[in-house]
Amino acid sequence: MNYKAIVIGASAGGMESISAILKKLPIDFTVPIIIVQHLSPKSKGYMVSYLNKSSELQVKEADEKEKLISGFVYIAPANYHLLIEDDETFSLTVGEKINYSRPSIDLLFETASDVYQDNLIGIILTGANNDGSLGLKKIKERGGLTIVEDPDTAMVNIMPKAAMGATEIDYILGVDNIAKIIMKLVGYKNERG
Amino acid sequence: MIKNNTKESIEGENKDVEILLKSIFEKYGYDFRDYSRAHIKRRILRRVNALDLKSIRELEYKILESKEEFNFLLEDFSINVTDMFRDPSFYKSFREEVVPILKTYPFIRIWHAGCSTGEEVYSMAILLKEEGLYDRSQIYATDFNEHVLKKAKEGIYDTDLIKDYAENYEESGGKASFSDYYKNHYNEVKINESLKRKIIFADHNLVTDGIFGEMHVIICRNVLIYFNKKLQNRTLNLFYESLIMGGFLCLGSKESIKFTDIENKFHNLVEKENIFQKKLIID
Repeated sequence: MNYKAIVIGASAGGMESISAILKKLPIDFTVPIIIVQHLSPKSKGYMVSYLNKSSELQVKEADEKEKLISGFVYIAPANYHLLIEDDETFSLTVGEKINYSRPSIDLLFETASDVYQDNLIGIILTGANNDGSLGLKKIKERGGLTIVEDPDTAMVNIMPKAAMGATEIDYILGVDNIAKIIMKLVGYKNERG
Repeated sequence: MIKNNTKESIEGENKDVEILLKSIFEKYGYDFRDYSRAHIKRRILRRVNALDLKSIRELEYKILESKEEFNFLLEDFSINVTDMFRDPSFYKSFREEVVPILKTYPFIRIWHAGCSTGEEVYSMAILLKEEGLYDRSQIYATDFNEHVLKKAKEGIYDTDLIKDYAENYEESGGKASFSDYYKNHYNEVKINESLKRKIIFADHNLVTDGIFGEMHVIICRNVLIYFNKKLQNRTLNLFYESLIMGGFLCLGSKESIKFTDIENKFHNLVEKENIFQKKLIID
């Protein structure tokens, strides 16, 4: 399968899990990664600078109308929903909260699955609510690949468990192995020679 | 096999969305074809689900048959989530950087485009009052949605929200006590009539209507994010034409004029708050 994008959703405890995964990905990782981490509405982009320090990839906040490019990791801005358009650009909205959350993981995952269909990988990490379950279900229905952080090792297991209850999961793994499997599935330039 | 079916069904949905938007424009005159498509499609599908319909085509049929049904979708399309003094740092910058210049004018015309239910209009009214500018200001607050305009005019809000609004007000550099500006009324608060005196609420659609002349300030926050590039440029040109030389354009915290038609026609007055000033001479 030729994967074209990876979407990741995380809530409570997510910073550590996301950072652990990004740390392991090489600079020539070949697909864009888009992340919704639930944040306080007043959060001011601390997450981007934190993750940039530990990752070889370019981590940035997603701008509206920005084109998705491989080698970049995009973070949904606090207090905005993040959507992906057919032309692989971002849209932001300030619509109602979904699952008490803005940004909403479901909304990112569902719009991403409209665009990438079976060329998409969806990952649900640690969290204390059930945002992302419906989005992951949609990804699976459209032939995409689903991964969930192992509830036994996740800091908070409610979100991974909710996702497992909602749809079939292809891989249930700890964060180190999530990094390994996506590298294997997606590949990176050096490996391809 | 599955791939083909999925692809076809998504393509079919996208086509149905296109047809529905065209029908809406032809029948009701509202043009959503240049809105962010992912957002519009989500809202349409939500309506399809809420009505327990099988397809977008069925929804189209209902909408064309019934104005009331259309109005429900219209409500869904326009996002009306807002707060008083939303993004307090914007109001703080406005107070510090824009107000001193406005003080040099004998009168001030302000256009608040896409004012929704009015929270941010009243926030600006409070700010102008505290800066001694309210009496020589005229605020035009517009939206295409009649329902929200009516709410804006009433100025009645839920008491539960007041605590957050008061916090925002403090952070924005408010000079008095927030509770000076409303009266409690059961579990609602009503904005003081004195704040409404200089506000004209009017129906205006940024997609299809024209300029609003000779403005000193245009505030349009979290509206452009719903538009595609083409409509963003149309709207920004409309704002450019509507502003006096040296007038101010205030956009939302994620909205910029970078890479748009008007990029070179404005200075960045406060870059991080997206407050721009129309240049006196185009270079």
